Amino acid sequence: MSVAPPSQSAAAAQTLARRRGKAGLKGFASWLLRLPWFPLLILLVVFFCATVGPYVTPHDPGALNLSMALKPPSWQIGGTAAYPLGTDNMGRDILSRMILGAKISVIVAFWAILFSGAIGTLMGMFSGYFGGKIDMIIMRLVDIQMSVPALALALILSASLKPGMTTVIVVIVVTYWTWYARIVRGEVLSLKERDFIALARIAGCNAFMILLKHFLPNILNTLLVLATLQLGSVIIYEASLSFLGLGIQPPDVSWGLMLSDARPYISVAWWVITLPGLAIVLTCLGSNLFGDWLRDTLDPKRRQL
Amino acid sequence: MLKYLLSRLLQGVVCIIGASVIIFVASRVSGDVTLLLLPPDATPEQQRIMRHELGLDKPYVVQYLLFAGRAVRGDFGKSYRWQTSALKLVLDRFPATIQLAVCALVFSVVVALFFGVLSAVYQGSWFDSFGKVFALLGQAMPGFWVGLMFILFFAVKLGLLPAFGRGGLKHLILPAVTLGWYSVAAQTRMVRSAMLDVLDSDYIQTARGVGVPRWILIWKYALRNAAIPLVTMLGVYFAAMLGGSFIIETIFAWPGVGRTVVEAIFARDYPVVQAGVLFTSIFFVLSNLLVDLAYGFIDPRIRYVR
Repeated sequence: MSVAPPSQSAAAAQTLARRRGKAGLKGFASWLLRLPWFPLLILLVVFFCATVGPYVTPHDPGALNLSMALKPPSWQIGGTAAYPLGTDNMGRDILSRMILGAKISVIVAFWAILFSGAIGTLMGMFSGYFGGKIDMIIMRLVDIQMSVPALALALILSASLKPGMTTVIVVIVVTYWTWYARIVRGEVLSLKERDFIALARIAGCNAFMILLKHFLPNILNTLLVLATLQLGSVIIYEASLSFLGLGIQPPDVSWGLMLSDARPYISVAWWVITLPGLAIVLTCLGSNLFGDWLRDTLDPKRRQL
Repeated sequence: MLKYLLSRLLQGVVCIIGASVIIFVASRVSGDVTLLLLPPDATPEQQRIMRHELGLDKPYVVQYLLFAGRAVRGDFGKSYRWQTSALKLVLDRFPATIQLAVCALVFSVVVALFFGVLSAVYQGSWFDSFGKVFALLGQAMPGFWVGLMFILFFAVKLGLLPAFGRGGLKHLILPAVTLGWYSVAAQTRMVRSAMLDVLDSDYIQTARGVGVPRWILIWKYALRNAAIPLVTMLGVYFAAMLGGSFIIETIFAWPGVGRTVVEAIFARDYPVVQAGVLFTSIFFVLSNLLVDLAYGFIDPRIRYVR
């Protein structure tokens, strides 16, 4: 649900350009120029690393080579060209591990956002559309959910379930669905009084059809913006859990886990602790900037998101 | 006002009960604690006796009610690891957590007011752009990584500040700045946009026309109103810092509730985990409640509408 066809943003921007009287090829060219190239580039690189990357890593990301342990990046004295970003305490190639880490981040973010978006949207639509008792119960659930600090809930859940990727996704969904529920509820409440909804009801649409065919298309933009803006925070959340040892477990690789492994070597090897963190920062920066752009393009009234 | 207060209080109680249910359920799905408490060669008979002693053979509803009943009296059971009262263990660590969270809050508010006001006053200048970039970067950095970078730079490279433990003021700087870091960006943006609104308002224009000196105008008349959104959100930020303390305390080996809970999780010390998380949640609910009440006290317009 949170994954809409990529052509949608393009279509929206094109109509925008056309409305400004720059139709046709020229309008398309100027639209291309106004794309957020920097964030798009970052996201494309991350996506490339996540999909093709694992097959083309320079080294086996899990291969131990203790004779090459803690080699600095190639531009520093003592570094070798074979390991451009250096090695960790087990002599594993940092670049290869960072590439593999992108895969986990993308997978976790994709499923977590998809499920929290779907559940939150459903709950929010029910809450806003039916009102009354259903609304009260769902909103109390949201309140209760928000009264436990997110990380505390994550800790207690990941300690109870078996740590791993599925648990991380479950934990993120449990924490994040409330955002979608609250915002979708608000949207539905404001749309509910509009004429086209009343007309649909008079025409004999049942509640399910109204929600699917009349509400959903109208809140899709908001959902898309919210999902993009949450991408960064979901990645940070996964990294935090993995850093504490409650998220992704070895032999899987994640940026947070790399930082956790590197922590004891902070005083001897700056690169093991800096580079995976930079990957997180750049990815989040890219998705936040892209989300900002998407919001301004699709949904300007939601500046506060 | 009283009616509103009561309904909010009731809502808070419901939240805390809900939180206790979540904590109870989460700690029960984890499997059989008796396997952890007993030596690996324990007989099934010994396991059964242990389960009976802990009340684990009763229906879940009864177990929850017993748990809740004891929790209300402050009894979370004994820590499996330390053999002392779990609640006492948490309470002993609480002052350290509060100290850290308050310092982080003060740091973030001071920085946010200063930078927020200046970037509103000099809107569009290089200072404002710098603030924007700073906010963007700030929101993209995981708190724990910022902490690690601070340790790397200030403790390892420069040797200026201690990286671990609790002691004098010096020990407080790195963890407090790290914990406050994440909120600074959001707070600065909030102050900036509030200040921009206020600077446009009639009373500021009038004061300017009358000839009030510029710095009094900004730091006294305008700031008073521009700070309202920030002040009312302080509880929310405080709560966020309590939540963030779990990971920041672990990094800096700060002897607070957060680190205790994280350690207890790895030791499967459930009474301590339950006590710590429930205690934090209660504090969380209380600070959010205070936010709502503060709204009414600080901005009289809201009070009368209700």
